[in-house]
Amino acid sequence: MRVLLRLFFVVALPVLLVAVWWAASSGSTDPFWPPLRTILKTFPDVWTADRLRTDVLPSVLRLAAGYALATVVGIGLGTVIGSYRRVRAVCEPVLEFLRAVPPPVLIPVIMLFAGIGDTMKIVVIASGCVWPILLNTVEGVRAVDSVMLETARSYGITGVARLRDLVLRSASPQIFAGLRQALSIGIILMVISEMFAASNGIGFTVVQFQRSFAIPDMWTGILVLGLLGFLLSVVFQLVERRVLGWYHGLRASTRRSQ
Amino acid sequence: MLDVRGLKKVYEGSGRRVEAVRDLTFTVEAGELVCLVGPSGCGKTTLLKCVGGLLTPTAGQVTLADRPVSGPPPGMAFVFQEYGRSLFPWMRVAENIELPLKQKDLTKSRRRELVADALESVGLTDAAGAYPWQLSGGMQQRVAIARALAYEPDVLLMDEPFAAVDAQTRADLEDLVRRLWRERGMTILFVTHDIDEAVYLGERVVVLSASPTVVQEQLKVDLPDERDQLHTRVAPRFAELRTHVYEQIQAAKRGTPEDAVTKSDTPPPH
Repeated sequence: MRVLLRLFFVVALPVLLVAVWWAASSGSTDPFWPPLRTILKTFPDVWTADRLRTDVLPSVLRLAAGYALATVVGIGLGTVIGSYRRVRAVCEPVLEFLRAVPPPVLIPVIMLFAGIGDTMKIVVIASGCVWPILLNTVEGVRAVDSVMLETARSYGITGVARLRDLVLRSASPQIFAGLRQALSIGIILMVISEMFAASNGIGFTVVQFQRSFAIPDMWTGILVLGLLGFLLSVVFQLVERRVLGWYHGLRASTRRSQ
Repeated sequence: MLDVRGLKKVYEGSGRRVEAVRDLTFTVEAGELVCLVGPSGCGKTTLLKCVGGLLTPTAGQVTLADRPVSGPPPGMAFVFQEYGRSLFPWMRVAENIELPLKQKDLTKSRRRELVADALESVGLTDAAGAYPWQLSGGMQQRVAIARALAYEPDVLLMDEPFAAVDAQTRADLEDLVRRLWRERGMTILFVTHDIDEAVYLGERVVVLSASPTVVQEQLKVDLPDERDQLHTRVAPRFAELRTHVYEQIQAAKRGTPEDAVTKSDTPPPH
């Protein structure tokens, strides 16, 4: 019974929204705003297994590569910057500037030296994703509890062990907050980078349909993007639950004792 | 075993100069349980951190087994007051205890053995797989003690370890420390602001003055080795000793030694 109720809460709003869309668009004759019925009918014709392989897969692979690159660079640099006060003082103004530059603006620049291939798109995705990861890592590393640091020192826990078992673990809730922000930025940049000089990908396909006035097909592309984002966020949550299980437990236990 | 000589610690920062510890000299013999007690804010924690090599003293020297301490020495283990911030919440109890051992050259089976033995000593064998935050405050401090035990230190430093737990748990933990000390023959330096606790636990009580800190008095506790909460605390001798220490602390707050006679090792029975 309880499971059913929970399921109801989860699906109620999406079902309602789809129903509203369905009803509101059912009699539509506006070519740019086709009935949902038409869009859904077009969907299986457009997103065939072949298209998933030629367009969705390259998009996802580029997103994964850019995101992974940003994760490695963001956590690596963030740890160094967060650990040393001097490095932080030197880097902070530059970071503030670079963070303020919207990554899509960099696409023309990046195209100049990275060409128009996959490298360009991966660099664009990485250059946007890296900021939230970097800045959150810096904050997380800085905020390591002083008593824990002294505990580690007094027990001779230094070097790699200190980094692995104390600093990064302690900063992991913050790092994950950054990774979550980076994921949505990554999806946006994946699409935008494919709208510039691309020959495949979901973003490319959507623009292509729009230019050839295949409007229902264009709408299906937007649905695919939404579904992809939803799927990635579910996967992210599963990973986060596993890695930060201790953190959620700790928070719940402090809430109870208050 | 542990020798503190002319220890002085001055904090300097932003134009302010705070002399936390002025001149401290005392020794702890091997296998002794010494309690440091003093008025609040008298630099007890500063002193203990200097002894543990976590702070560098401005002047003076700490030597452990004839070797000068210039950083956390491998033969010392620290139990902090803030157990909640000293145990790593992302590790289970057994992992927390095992972590310091990984820095030592020990085989995996030996590490397991030490962890199991330490957990048994503090009565927490069943909690090995739990996370620290799933345990009560008293149990968490037991885990911190077990971590120190497993480390097999020459000297155990305890910084007001029971200040944050409730009174009943506190009594249990005091008895635990007494028992572990007698079973294992460890050397323990125990800092507290609680006079009763200092007299109940210690073989010797070092009374500190108010900041800037010097040793106000050293006092031998001539209570029997076998102590328990029920009888020891109502023994006339216990009352005498605690009254004496209390007077000394009051005198320390005023900044004068009570009188020359109290410099003796043991106060005369009233």
